[in-house]
Amino acid sequence: MNVLEPYMDLILSVVYLVGVLMFLTIFALLAVWLERKVSAHLQDRLGPMMTGGWHGWSQTIADALKLILKEDIIPAVADRKLFRLAPYLVFIGSLAGFAVLPFAHNLIGSDINIGVYYVIAITSLVVIGILMAGWASNNKWALYGAMRAAAQMVSYEIPVALSLLIPVLMAGTMSMQTIVQNQAGGFWNWYVFQSIPFSLVAFVIYFWASLAEVNRTPFDIPEAESELVAGFHVEYSGMRFAVFFLAEYGNMFVVSAIAATVFLGGWHAPFTFLDFIPGPIWFIGKSMGLVLVQLWLRWTLPRLRVDQLMHVCWKIFLPFSFANLLLVGLWVVLKG
Amino acid sequence: MKETKELNIPLGPVLEKWETLVESSGASGERMVLQMGPQHPATHGVLRLELETDGEIVTKIVPYIGYLHRCFEKVAENITWNQVVPYTDRMDYLASMNMSLGYALTVEKLMGIEVNERVQALRVITCEINRIASHCVFLATYGLDIGAWTPLLYLFQEREHIIDLLEELSGSRLLFNYIRPGGLAHDVPDGWLKKVREFCDFMDPKIPELNELLSYNKIFIERTANVGVMTPEVALTYGITGPNLRACGVDYDLRRDIPYSGYEKYDFEPQLGKGEQGQAGDSWDRYIVRVREMQESLKIIRQAIDSLPDGDISEKIPKNFNKMPVGDAYMTTEAPRGEVGFYIVSDGTKTPYRVKARSGAYCSVSVIPAIGTGLLIADVVAIVASVDIVLGEVDR
Repeated sequence: MNVLEPYMDLILSVVYLVGVLMFLTIFALLAVWLERKVSAHLQDRLGPMMTGGWHGWSQTIADALKLILKEDIIPAVADRKLFRLAPYLVFIGSLAGFAVLPFAHNLIGSDINIGVYYVIAITSLVVIGILMAGWASNNKWALYGAMRAAAQMVSYEIPVALSLLIPVLMAGTMSMQTIVQNQAGGFWNWYVFQSIPFSLVAFVIYFWASLAEVNRTPFDIPEAESELVAGFHVEYSGMRFAVFFLAEYGNMFVVSAIAATVFLGGWHAPFTFLDFIPGPIWFIGKSMGLVLVQLWLRWTLPRLRVDQLMHVCWKIFLPFSFANLLLVGLWVVLKG
Repeated sequence: MKETKELNIPLGPVLEKWETLVESSGASGERMVLQMGPQHPATHGVLRLELETDGEIVTKIVPYIGYLHRCFEKVAENITWNQVVPYTDRMDYLASMNMSLGYALTVEKLMGIEVNERVQALRVITCEINRIASHCVFLATYGLDIGAWTPLLYLFQEREHIIDLLEELSGSRLLFNYIRPGGLAHDVPDGWLKKVREFCDFMDPKIPELNELLSYNKIFIERTANVGVMTPEVALTYGITGPNLRACGVDYDLRRDIPYSGYEKYDFEPQLGKGEQGQAGDSWDRYIVRVREMQESLKIIRQAIDSLPDGDISEKIPKNFNKMPVGDAYMTTEAPRGEVGFYIVSDGTKTPYRVKARSGAYCSVSVIPAIGTGLLIADVVAIVASVDIVLGEVDR
């Protein structure tokens, strides 16, 4: 034991990392299956029904196996180094977000005092990966996808950050765990229901802007199947494509989990008498609820055009976020 | 040709602004050529568009056709008169009833045959029901190109009902080979008309449902209103017909203006684009005109079933085509994708001397550069989808 003592932190980190990786993989497999089933039922069809017996539950596992076993193709004219690096960079950006997600009162990768700041910063890594993928593919469609992704994600980070600042202002801290603890004791204490309507507006802006952050419909223009074929990952196949996929679904969970943490009370139960149900269940449940809303929107709405997307960001979300921030600041000061 | 050149096609407002911006900034304004298709999800078959782009802005569009060319006109010179019918089916494979109707009417005109009223009414029923199926595919794929997946699946369900009906009638689900010169392949099965009527009742509430889901969706309107505005002048110059022309506000429908096959007996309104969400003749108008046309088609089908007379569907089918009169005939019909005309020359032998087909979709392809230049790539996708082309009909 003494021998291991100095390495205890490292071992715990590795164990946690492996746990998060497993969670992410299982979540992604589940979410892809869920997306298929949700879309199928929205569209009055059944979706996968055969693989694995019950409602095709193992369809995505089979798909993942297929992707792993597929031939690894790199286009002859691609920039090989960047082409290989890009999916992992995207994946790291998505995985690193998990480090500050508070699954329960004692289950968090690292409760750093700048948690919110960290998560906004680290998820920006994704855009570099996407840009890299589009550029390295040496394909015009991929280049368009990357260009659009860069413009879109960089723009939408601003309303995302501004609306995340509102709970930070209300809590007076950037630590994820403290923010959650401040929302204890019933759903009326959640930040989304505090100082109505400002925080509600912030929540709505955050949710819509986060859809653009993770390239989901109606903001899925970097992938826009009917315009850009597949956008930035058009040249990717096999395992590298699977990594992009994994990162996309990981990102969906991260943005939903952040919303659940800072607006919806994190791992707290909506009523105190439900406290006996463990925190992680509430936390994952709330996040999954938001993920389901993302799926629902995707299969209902058409896609915006690239200029309309920018219009929504700079002329609607941004002024509202600023005004919101100002008013909440005033409110916090007046409240003392 | 000369007129086309004289017609001053204005650059899109975005492009004009951009050009001045590029000029004033002294940037090089380098263009990139983008090959859209023939393998592209939004080109509806095998159309290739060569786009010259400046960033997201498309500065030039050149459509290339011919990837689905099957020598229809040449083949028709070497086969007997009746054997041409399956080939006409393969022109616009989404509305093959309407295609064979055009051919059958032209041959009848050439031979001087007048079919009885039952044949006429059955032709109208099958053509209108096929028009609904064809419009269903248009609306579905249009939604898909704008990014809405779900309407596709809904509309294909409704189309499935029609396809089932027509399968029961003709034995095949896409290329029916049902309407023949002089009559029909066979009479309708027992109870079929009742099923058609049931389908009409089933279809009626589906159209408001579609309007709720897609037509009046805010994002959909944003994407399509004021995009690719086709003025009546441009439309007439390029020979646009059918729903695309009516969307510009030109009140012209062959079924009413030059009636054939007994269309004059039915009461229906050609639907015109009024520019409700933007300018008349924009992509949204082209979309909504087809939605409303489906309702009109249902009206026609109901009237035709109500007044269906008895008669022998095969009384006028020629025993053989050996004694064709020498001469030529031209006849146009209103197909879902515009006017389809056949010009047939006969030298009195077993085979046609010449069959020339005029297709509405061909003109629709040619107008894409005129209305799409200067817009964004996403708009070009919306425009290509909105003029509703089927490459089988374009290339023949």
